Amino acid sequence: MTDQAIVEKLKGKFSSEVLDVVEFRGETTVTVKKGQIVDICTFMRDEFGFNLLCDLCGVDYMGTSPRFMVVYNLYNITTKQRMRIKAPVEEQDAKIDTVSTVWGTANWHERECWDLLGIKFNNHPDLRRILMPADWEGHPLRKDYPLQGPDREPYKGRLS
Amino acid sequence: MAANTETMTINMGPQHPSTHGVLQLIMELDGETVVKATPHIGFLHRGIEKLSEHRTYHQTIPLTDRLDYLAPMSNNLGYVLAVEKLLGITDEIPERVQRIRVIMTELTRLKSHLVWLATHALDIGAMTVFLYCFRERENITDIYEKVSGARMTSNYFRVGGLADDLPDGLEGEIRTFAESIPAHVEEYEGLLTGNRIWQKRTIGVGEISAEAAIDIGITGPALRASGVDWDLRRDNPYSGYEDYDFEVPVRDGCDTFDRYRVRLDEMRQSARIILQALDKLEPGPTLADCSKVVLPAKQDVVNNIESLIHHFKIVTEGFKTEPGEIYQGIEAPKGELGYYLVADGSAYPFRMKIRPPSFVNLQGLPQMVEGRLLADVIAVIGTLDVVLGEIDR
Repeated sequence: MTDQAIVEKLKGKFSSEVLDVVEFRGETTVTVKKGQIVDICTFMRDEFGFNLLCDLCGVDYMGTSPRFMVVYNLYNITTKQRMRIKAPVEEQDAKIDTVSTVWGTANWHERECWDLLGIKFNNHPDLRRILMPADWEGHPLRKDYPLQGPDREPYKGRLS
Repeated sequence: MAANTETMTINMGPQHPSTHGVLQLIMELDGETVVKATPHIGFLHRGIEKLSEHRTYHQTIPLTDRLDYLAPMSNNLGYVLAVEKLLGITDEIPERVQRIRVIMTELTRLKSHLVWLATHALDIGAMTVFLYCFRERENITDIYEKVSGARMTSNYFRVGGLADDLPDGLEGEIRTFAESIPAHVEEYEGLLTGNRIWQKRTIGVGEISAEAAIDIGITGPALRASGVDWDLRRDNPYSGYEDYDFEVPVRDGCDTFDRYRVRLDEMRQSARIILQALDKLEPGPTLADCSKVVLPAKQDVVNNIESLIHHFKIVTEGFKTEPGEIYQGIEAPKGELGYYLVADGSAYPFRMKIRPPSFVNLQGLPQMVEGRLLADVIAVIGTLDVVLGEIDR
């Protein structure tokens, strides 16, 4: 099934959820509302065979609203096809439902996303920090987190 | 006397020779049986993703060497392919560059698998194999040194090409080495495959079914040993892998022994690919013809003012890309290595997310060891072939 066909079916099933579809360098990205993300991911897995969640991560678009984007890179091992789902998350309500019930691998990816970007995952079985120490304050991959770390002179760029 | 049924919690690592780096495992034991295993990671976190947001695209290449430090050129390849895809210059990469990239990444696969076999066997008690594997690995590090000047952190691939062409005479050396590989793999197999101690320590140990492995995201040789016939080099070819004739070894034992056999078969296939790539290697340019992106050849920089200016501008300012986002996955020695790049049109990556195979594979460890003996934990850590450099990033 082509990417377009998948997108059409997805739009048919979740017409009010799909916000945007972009194709860039042959890759299709579908932006959806976060409300039904678990249903959408389950649909993608069961209906189109996206059985492997390659990667899950967050992106911080500081200065825009909504501030964060949670990105799901999917893969279908049978048809060797890729697809990307994205869901915007507001800064004031930095939460989204966990998809670790859909793909077990999401567990650690979501922990990492919480640790580095401060996005919470509702109903996550074990939402602890994973890379940073347990008592760390702040979320280092946020754009307003200083590169040199807290309590240090800010990084002024390599040319200054 | 009533049996004592209390469990005991013990700590392993982060300073422990069998954890292959700074991995910490907290294990709850009932006697010698593992009830629960909890991995703790992050001791080697250097913030490579954060750093890359403050560097130009070229300046990030040396950081990728330090992800999976046992397979630096695979990391280089995944990254440069991702940037080339983002720029839309994938089709402009010269043939010679693609062939040399394949030769070097397949040597890297051999290098990585040799260290895996050496340490895995050493952990289970087979000392000799370690010495044999490091003897061959030394040849590959010598080749690395001749092409890039460094024995481990190679930083050899560039966006749009290579740092330099292969030095004179090296093709012959690589060929001699690749031709010797099947005999060496025979040697390792002679020491291990039929060995009853090896079989007792590996057969049926760390079993994981194909469904469970896909659910937890395991990729690479560990997935192929669970019977899933999937290899990105064949199924989503990149860098000209479609030109080579090779087999993808698959076994369905789902255990440590079959993961061992899959990797040994992969080493034979890598040698085949290297020899085919050497046969097809023709003289030609080692940089793509995209002057806004690619650093000019060194010879031009010292002889030609225009190239000097180009070089200066690309080094100091970097190059700008179109806004957009891409994901590029490659078949690294340990599984699918993916780079997800978001560009905002500036000379710096807006966001770079690395999908390290070891990070995801390690997540499968608890379900592979729970209910089994403590000694099997060592075998399972070895068979997962984790490198903490890429787990912690």
